Amino acid sequence: MKQVLEGSHAVSEAVRLARVQVVSAYPITPQTHIVEAISEFCSDGTMDARFICVESEHSAMAAVIGASNAGVRAFTATSSHGLALMHELLHWASGARLPIVMAEVNRALAPGWNIWTDQTDSLAQRDTGWIQLYCEDGQEVLDTTLEAFRLAEAVNLPVMVVLDAFFLSHTFEPVDVPDQDTVDRFLPPFDPRFRLDTKNPCAFGPITGPDRYMEIRRDIQAAMDRAPEVLAAVEQEFFSLFGRRYGAVDAFLCDDAEVILVVSGTAAATCRQAVGDLRKTGERVGMLKIRLFRPFPATEIRAILPKAPKVAVVDRNVSFGAGGIFAQEVKAALALHKGNTAVYSYIAGLGGRDITTATFQEIYLTTKDTPTPPAESVWVGLAQEERA
Amino acid sequence: MSKSAKGSHHPLDDLLRTDRIPHIWCPGCGIGTAFSACLMAMKASGIDLERTAMVSGIGCSGRGAGYVKLDSYHTTHGRAIPFATGMKLARPELNVVVFSGDGDLFAIGGNHFIHAARRNVDLTVVCVNNLNYGMTGGQVAATTPSGSKTTTTPVGNPEAPFNLPLLAFASGATYVSRWTILHSRELTESIEEGLVKKGFSFIEVLAPCPVNYGRRNRQRPMDTLRAYQEKSIIMNDADPTRLQIDFDRAIILGKFVDTERPTCVESYDRTCRPPMEPADEEKAA
Ligand SMILES: Cc1ncc(C[n+]2csc(CCOP(=O)(O)OP(=O)(O)O)c2C)c(N)n1
Ligand code: SF4
Ligand SMILES: [Mg+2]
Repeated sequence: MKQVLEGSHAVSEAVRLARVQVVSAYPITPQTHIVEAISEFCSDGTMDARFICVESEHSAMAAVIGASNAGVRAFTATSSHGLALMHELLHWASGARLPIVMAEVNRALAPGWNIWTDQTDSLAQRDTGWIQLYCEDGQEVLDTTLEAFRLAEAVNLPVMVVLDAFFLSHTFEPVDVPDQDTVDRFLPPFDPRFRLDTKNPCAFGPITGPDRYMEIRRDIQAAMDRAPEVLAAVEQEFFSLFGRRYGAVDAFLCDDAEVILVVSGTAAATCRQAVGDLRKTGERVGMLKIRLFRPFPATEIRAILPKAPKVAVVDRNVSFGAGGIFAQEVKAALALHKGNTAVYSYIAGLGGRDITTATFQEIYLTTKDTPTPPAESVWVGLAQEERA
Repeated sequence: MSKSAKGSHHPLDDLLRTDRIPHIWCPGCGIGTAFSACLMAMKASGIDLERTAMVSGIGCSGRGAGYVKLDSYHTTHGRAIPFATGMKLARPELNVVVFSGDGDLFAIGGNHFIHAARRNVDLTVVCVNNLNYGMTGGQVAATTPSGSKTTTTPVGNPEAPFNLPLLAFASGATYVSRWTILHSRELTESIEEGLVKKGFSFIEVLAPCPVNYGRRNRQRPMDTLRAYQEKSIIMNDADPTRLQIDFDRAIILGKFVDTERPTCVESYDRTCRPPMEPADEEKAA
């Protein structure tokens, strides 16, 4: 049934439909609406679950790890500093192969306190062994959250569903909320691979010496390697039941493009518009939205980007000393390719600064007019004053 | 004392970053009163304000550090006390005041509170207890009374709150008191005592958050103040185990602990550092 939902509540609805049993969280703007709605579902009886508002995000992740280990479907949500505080346990969740799902609302990090959107928080967790999916709109948020449970439970890795602060978390859109029966067909009850079982006692988290540690890490890598294929299968099933699919990446008008703009998150919606507008004026431009960031969909990217001589990656994030993070990953993915697509890297929209269609037009024109890519990322839309 | 351009001035203007006013606090919020009590105490205590720093965490209360015209530090959520501990180790002669909220100091930062009290770090910790996380929209906190409604406990809080003076006492704080913003004179005097006292001083200030807590618990701003008036009993030296806040029966206020023991830096220097040669001491001074 179509409802007008806030992006945050698209997450909450999906968590209810997924029949999650334990939710643990600590409030942080702009994540709060997600967990507030869940606390209501738990107490009005529409969700058969327990919700605990613990004393910090570190505890929130620890509690869902405990719940998942005890054999139930577990969920948490956070943002920015909350995610940073969880860091230690993010490694634990993946290392323990627990299929936890977390909604992560992209928000900037302090100092310079800022509650607006910026992807550096989630991308800083790229090496923690979590699958990461970036969403463009409210429907995709709901659908991705449902898919996340299937994917997590199939490969035994945690999944982060990432959505932009305010532009998505607090924006109301029509969202098709599926009925429980169909969701139950898509997502059967959780059948954990690793759990506490008094009939078969085992010790979790023991010392693992140099003789075993590497193999265990290699297993995590192998599970990550399987994730794109599993995601494709999950999406196929999702499509047959609900009629929607998103892919690991989404190519828009790329086939004959001279320049492909590479984006993620809500900026993709703006970019579609910009690409459409530019096409009307005869410009040969396309867009590639990257939805799956971990594992990085290098194969899909290598199948699309080399069609164009130039690619402009627009990053709403920065790795200081290296530049835009999606750009680095795209360059690494194309390094194995023999083509000579040039990758241009742009940084825009940090700390919630608007990325508009005009921003994309500027990036497109700059890329078109610059014969070879500069070595460093180009910062777009900076105020003119000089700073050190 | 500096006057604002229009000639009107507030007696605390010299301690305020007036360029940052208007502040963010809602009408009816109790933080402003707690904050001015803190500033008045700082002035009245005679401590050297040139050597005084204020440290806050994050929250509506945590905005305090941003408004005071002293060296001030708006830290991350929950970490005001460890930041302050570092400052004291580096510059033991500084007066360090921690001004923050109940969530900041007792939920995400709770561990730091008990350890700083245990070590007797020479800090004055003023906690604005408004029974919830005001800044993020009124979620349940470690101080929310059982049964109260918040945005994450829509049918009532199933948990029991901390008794903060008991926690401070049990952890080793050498000065512990509790007042409400209605008792601003006693509150100011108590903060002043805490400031001049060496060691870990803790002052709990009950303050209304009408916008997020009051609204969901049938307490309009005046109702909360009336409850402070009608239910409070001043009982200095009361047994800390009997200080649970109970709006139906009694809220006990007063000074509960005032003892002496060596501070963190004193014990450290005595135990771990070699005695200094007189010449070095002169240099250090
Ligand atoms: C690591 C982290 N988690 C969560 C937050 C979000 N947050 C900001 S203030 C706050 C609670 C503030 O409550 P309290 O300290 O009681 O202050 P009040 O607003 O009630 O004065 C929270 C949860 C944050 N900034 N950082
Ligand atoms: S939300 Fe509550 S604590 Fe924050 S300023 Fe408003 S009344 Fe005060
Ligand atoms: Mg509070």
